[in-house]
Amino acid sequence: MKRLLICLPVKGNMVRSNLFVIVLILISLSAPAVAREPVSYARDIRPILAAACFRCHGADEDARKGELRLDSQSSAHSLRDVSAAIVPGLAAKSLLFQRITAGDESVRMPPADETRQLTAGEIALLRRWIAEGGSYQGHWAFEKPRRSPLPHVQQRQWVRNPVDHFVLARLESSQLRSSPEADRRTLVRRLTLDLTGLPPTPQEVERFISDSRPDAYEQLVSRLLASPAYGERIALEWLDAARYADTHGYHEDYHREMWPWRDWVIGALNSNMPFDQFTVEQVAGDLLPDATAAQVVATGFNRNHGVTASGISEEYRVEYVLDRVRTTSTVWLGLTMQCAQCHEHKYDPITQRDFYRFFAYFNNITDRGVENRQGNVDPLVPVTSPLMDRKLLVFEKQIRTAEKQKADEAASAAPRQATWEKEQLAAGADQPVLPGGLLLHLPLDAGDGNDVIDRVSEKPVGVITGSVVRDTGHIGGALVLDGKTYLDLGDRLGFERTDAFSYGAWFYRGGDSGAIIARMDDASNYRGWDLYLAGGHAEFHMIHQWRANAIHAKSTMPVPTGKWTHLFVTYDGTSKAGGFKLYYDGVAQQVNITQDSLSETIHTDKPLHVGRRNPSGYLAGRIDDVRVYRGALSPAAVATLAGSNPVSMILKLAAGDRSEAQKKELRQYYLENVDPPYRERAARLTALKTQRAELSTQAAAQTVMVMQEMKDRRSTFLLKRGQYDQHGDEVAAGTPAFLHPLAEEASPDRLGLARWIMDPANPLTSRVTVNRIWQMLFGTGLVASSGDFGTQGELPTHPELLDWLACEFVDSGWDVKRLVRLLVTSATYRQDSAMSLQAWEKDPANSLLGRGSRFRMSAEAIRDNALAVSGLLVSRTGGPSVKPYQPDGLWLETSNRPYVQDSGSKLYRRSLYVYWKRSAPPPNLFAIDAPTRETCTVRRQRTNTPLMALVLLNDPVFVEAARKLAERALAEGAGDVDAAISEMFFRATARRPDPQEMAILGDIYQQQLAIYTANPEAAGQLLAVGESPRDVSLDTAMHAAMAMVANTILNLDETITRE
Amino acid sequence: MPDRAITRRYLLGQTAGCLGAAALAQLAGSAALGRDRRDRSAPGLPELPHFAPTAKRVIYLFQSGGPSHLDLYDPKPKLADLFGSDLPDSIRQGQRLTEMTHKQKSFPVAPSLMKFQQHGQCGAWLSETLPHIGSVADEIAIIRSTHTEAINHDPAITYINTGTQQLGKPSMGSWLSYGLGSENEDLPAYIVLISQGTGRPGGQPLFSRLWSSGFLPSNHQGVRFRSGRDPVLYLGNPPGVEGDGRRKMLEGLGRLNTIKAERSGDPEIHTRIAQYEMAFRMQSSVPDLVNLSDESEGVFELYGENARKPGTFAANCILARRLAERGVRFIQLFHRGWDQHGNLPAQIRGQCADVDQASAALIKDLKARGMLDETLVVWGGEFGRTVYAQGTLTKDNYGRDHHGRCFSVWMAGGGIKGGVQLGKTDDYGYNVVEDAVHIRDLNATILHCLGIDHERLTYPYQGLEQRLTGVEQARLLEKIIA
Repeated sequence: MKRLLICLPVKGNMVRSNLFVIVLILISLSAPAVAREPVSYARDIRPILAAACFRCHGADEDARKGELRLDSQSSAHSLRDVSAAIVPGLAAKSLLFQRITAGDESVRMPPADETRQLTAGEIALLRRWIAEGGSYQGHWAFEKPRRSPLPHVQQRQWVRNPVDHFVLARLESSQLRSSPEADRRTLVRRLTLDLTGLPPTPQEVERFISDSRPDAYEQLVSRLLASPAYGERIALEWLDAARYADTHGYHEDYHREMWPWRDWVIGALNSNMPFDQFTVEQVAGDLLPDATAAQVVATGFNRNHGVTASGISEEYRVEYVLDRVRTTSTVWLGLTMQCAQCHEHKYDPITQRDFYRFFAYFNNITDRGVENRQGNVDPLVPVTSPLMDRKLLVFEKQIRTAEKQKADEAASAAPRQATWEKEQLAAGADQPVLPGGLLLHLPLDAGDGNDVIDRVSEKPVGVITGSVVRDTGHIGGALVLDGKTYLDLGDRLGFERTDAFSYGAWFYRGGDSGAIIARMDDASNYRGWDLYLAGGHAEFHMIHQWRANAIHAKSTMPVPTGKWTHLFVTYDGTSKAGGFKLYYDGVAQQVNITQDSLSETIHTDKPLHVGRRNPSGYLAGRIDDVRVYRGALSPAAVATLAGSNPVSMILKLAAGDRSEAQKKELRQYYLENVDPPYRERAARLTALKTQRAELSTQAAAQTVMVMQEMKDRRSTFLLKRGQYDQHGDEVAAGTPAFLHPLAEEASPDRLGLARWIMDPANPLTSRVTVNRIWQMLFGTGLVASSGDFGTQGELPTHPELLDWLACEFVDSGWDVKRLVRLLVTSATYRQDSAMSLQAWEKDPANSLLGRGSRFRMSAEAIRDNALAVSGLLVSRTGGPSVKPYQPDGLWLETSNRPYVQDSGSKLYRRSLYVYWKRSAPPPNLFAIDAPTRETCTVRRQRTNTPLMALVLLNDPVFVEAARKLAERALAEGAGDVDAAISEMFFRATARRPDPQEMAILGDIYQQQLAIYTANPEAAGQLLAVGESPRDVSLDTAMHAAMAMVANTILNLDETITRE
Repeated sequence: MPDRAITRRYLLGQTAGCLGAAALAQLAGSAALGRDRRDRSAPGLPELPHFAPTAKRVIYLFQSGGPSHLDLYDPKPKLADLFGSDLPDSIRQGQRLTEMTHKQKSFPVAPSLMKFQQHGQCGAWLSETLPHIGSVADEIAIIRSTHTEAINHDPAITYINTGTQQLGKPSMGSWLSYGLGSENEDLPAYIVLISQGTGRPGGQPLFSRLWSSGFLPSNHQGVRFRSGRDPVLYLGNPPGVEGDGRRKMLEGLGRLNTIKAERSGDPEIHTRIAQYEMAFRMQSSVPDLVNLSDESEGVFELYGENARKPGTFAANCILARRLAERGVRFIQLFHRGWDQHGNLPAQIRGQCADVDQASAALIKDLKARGMLDETLVVWGGEFGRTVYAQGTLTKDNYGRDHHGRCFSVWMAGGGIKGGVQLGKTDDYGYNVVEDAVHIRDLNATILHCLGIDHERLTYPYQGLEQRLTGVEQARLLEKIIA
């Protein structure tokens, strides 16, 4: 475009001169599109003024120059000295026009050093606008939508519903044609992908193609809207908007669990919860009268923002509130309110005060700023999950079975016991019958010298640190502990809290405190376990983190002084204080439990010690005969160790002379300490009970972060320059003044805000929501800038259609499924996406919707599609996030925690369940434009890069899917190569390959077959990718070659495109 | 339907004159879909560069964690006499402190244990831990007066890399990729290399956002190169798939996609075909690129023995030079482990041993190859460290907390004067007293060297013409611009 601008200034004050003559000659190669229509302020003028003028002549008083305001008609038309900025009808008299066309650079606007200058075309438009009256309109999006009558169209037969009237009218006025309806197989695939995010199965395709009912298409829509996959598909868009993730985002990017909120979203969408309710519950469900648990869970929406573990608490708390404002205003209002965080909005009529009044709604939450911990942070609520409940039921069943098996073994143990009794008597019944499972036995006899000999392994197992003094023990010699001496037994007996074990020793008190046996790390919050003497009382600990996550109990009786005492602890592996028993001389002691909250590991690298912890807890006294057993010893076994030898005594009695109690005791002793089958069943039962206990703890501990109001309202201040600690005036909660007023009865809290957002008088919410759903189904919104409906946003391509849909949506009671149905049943939606040369030239971006849209699927849909067509997909709905394949080391390279991949069915869940670490999002999805979820995203990019190609070619999930797809097709085609290829193609694209395509695919197969026949090892390697088992009955080379054909098919443009 | 066939050749050969520029740009290799007028890729923006650049590319040696300026670049000999004395309020000036030290009862001054000496014609003072960087003192411009408002890692590193502490904005490399495009169609314009510090293993985490494209089209995001089998994620063929088999399969794929393109008329398919071709070329070119076995013994002598070990900072420096040779626009190394809250003397010696020789070697190597003139090298972290000790101060040990009020960065090469020191800090190395350089100024200067006016490289998003340097004023570092 060339521009020739000649200005002839006359002498004198230019601005005041009425004689100022301007000759403006425009030579333009491309005349403005609006040449014959009247100039529209909203469409044509406001964008120019907003971009070039409002920064200094807009709403922001502080930034305003020359006391000139151009964003309101009254101000622009008002007289300044002898003229006005805009004199209706008289461009030459208008100061605005004079200044933008001034020859003198020092007076011309915008100033020469401004980046944004006016083009000749823009100047011409401004001139015409002033000539036509220079009148202002409000910004289109801030005016209430109006339902205009359906426009007249010529090709009435094309129209299926009101949407088409608007679209066709626009096409006809632009001399463009609509496209014919797409063929049936295209429609079924398009619709299934759009509404469920999954491809149709071959049967579904065939059924639709052969469905001759006149309403076959509508029936298909109904079926898809009723599918549980519908909620998952729509939820995906909502997760982006809600910046959902499985980690805290900032700093160490710790783990969190917001999936119960995700489950709520999926459920709400599937049940077609009206959008107003969907909104109110997420913004303010906690404030509803008699809020249900689900309504509170819904408020997790505004807790999905990042949380930091480092920084200044108030600064971050304010940041979280800012995030809620940004997200809420973008998602529902399509407003970029954050611009007013630091100053008045430069372009939209949002003042800084408006911003902080809005901010106040979200500023009264009981959350803190810095939260240096893993997992969910306050405020939070417990949630129950059907999945957990189901799992618990399974355990109950298994436990009942195991109990019965144990009882069966006990019932059948009599002959085995008889044999054992004989053996014992033959071996000399005078000997005490010691229990089995001895792991460590330290007699600490004088003959051992400086060594610590273990009688189990008959080897030295440790060193005595400190002075070595032996004395008479309870049995043979003993070691004297002087408060500085201890035994270091190295890395031995690394028990977990789920292991059952028993331990103790003979002890002669010398002092009041110290560790008898301990494997514990003081420095790591006393992680480990011990038997301890505290103030003369024996006690035991089992600790993950003292006190928060630990077991502790102390005997009520002190350990006697002046004598040897046998101190012993048994533990059954249940992670409960009740699983411990403490004995003095074989007699169970009463204990006071002070901590009973163990739920995580007790493992420590620190060595096992006798006589101290690590490094505290030195002990004084004499110690002898230290023993550690696998399993929880029975009372009789402990009594035996303490020397009362009860079992031996019973054994020596003839069977007939034994009392019932003695028989029972012997039976119990035999079963619990000797009988292998019984002990095995008992161990299994304990393990099951432990697992059930863990799961119940987990289920009880399952929470979700939610919104909760503070009791005493926190004051909100305007923050100067947006700084968290620079308080200006105090402000009360309220909504932007330029929009519809709050209802008089509105409560001054989030509930009031939520209802204001959903007020039918709100010009934005319905338009913004309708537009986002349009974007989901057509690839681009009617307003392309779906996150910005302000004056800087794009204008709608079909404003009357957008308004009509917005009104329809509100009038339908915010019925989302109805809206979706309306859109997808339109002729507009059902058009073929092939484009003619003429169409391409006239409307390359398809803004006028003269053809069906065609766009690459989302990362999630591409992965889900591969899983589905290969038969790998596990289509369970809801639950915690899963960790599928990921290249090794990815997390460790940038942070300090490894990625621990899941296995089994979790590898094949839908992608919306994939674990989302914000600092390192799933790399395969990220390569296909998935966002980091650090901020609200309402419109994804859609790029096309070699990195995406590499993912689809080489990511194990796609390679495995290719193998399974090949396997499935070979099985279905009964080994016929062409049939198999055709089948795979059909599954992936919903159509059969034509002969030309078939020939190419057949060539690929033959080439690969030759390669793998020559190299069967390579074939084996390829078929070993992925965890799922392979059908080994298939010929290896054939299977591998077919897998490569499948790999090709999964990479086809058509496979990854919704068209 | 031949009348519908809009093949690339047909359009370009017969109807180009009738097509709009946007359509042509899209056909000529656009990667982006959608209606956004700015969605374009490889070629860069037509209006760029704004003026003649002095550098074609940047190698940014980012030292993550906050290297201590007091122990590396900014000697404060007067502090020797103030050992253990409390930092005067007149110096601290109520400066906000991190949660690690704000409850500390006292703020005892910890003079550096490092000896400093002068280097080169310019006589720049550098720590004994940086002898090699000392040997290139005349090539580099040391800025001792850089400052930032952020005092914690996450916001600070996000700030310096994306121009704001808020999340969701594009990184500098993405801006450059977007603005200038790539010089090598077979490689991404923005490549990231990461190494672990041995001075403090397990340091501060890094975030994808540091090389993210934010609201810019996502093909401008930084691509991580890694050591090991797959230098680029998913680059390697699956086990059992060889180059020949892959090539044959891709040829077939290309033919099938071409058929589809003819039928649907969607030019995007041609772009996709081109991307697959590029992916295949990357499969062979990238492993060669990262394989250092063709480097001479002299190179390893220059960069040090560590350079033989893949994934080290030194090896990454050689890689950076190789990427620069191939025209990659923005090469960013992240070296972790500079967060010396405790045990600083030992840790920082380890960190310096990781990077000193290789950083200097890179300058020498680029110079020897005639590339230093056109390559801008930047060395620095997200902030500096406090003069006062965190925790216990002893004669031979101390730690330092984060400090944003001043820190040191150096630049060299394309468009930057060598042998210059810019800016001064006070006797405590706490406040800037001369030539303050905000990180915005630094970023504006980097763009300037590439021929970009930082105020004019913008992108409309959320109602604003967004730019790397944000809305506040940024000024160029005229004193070090050659």
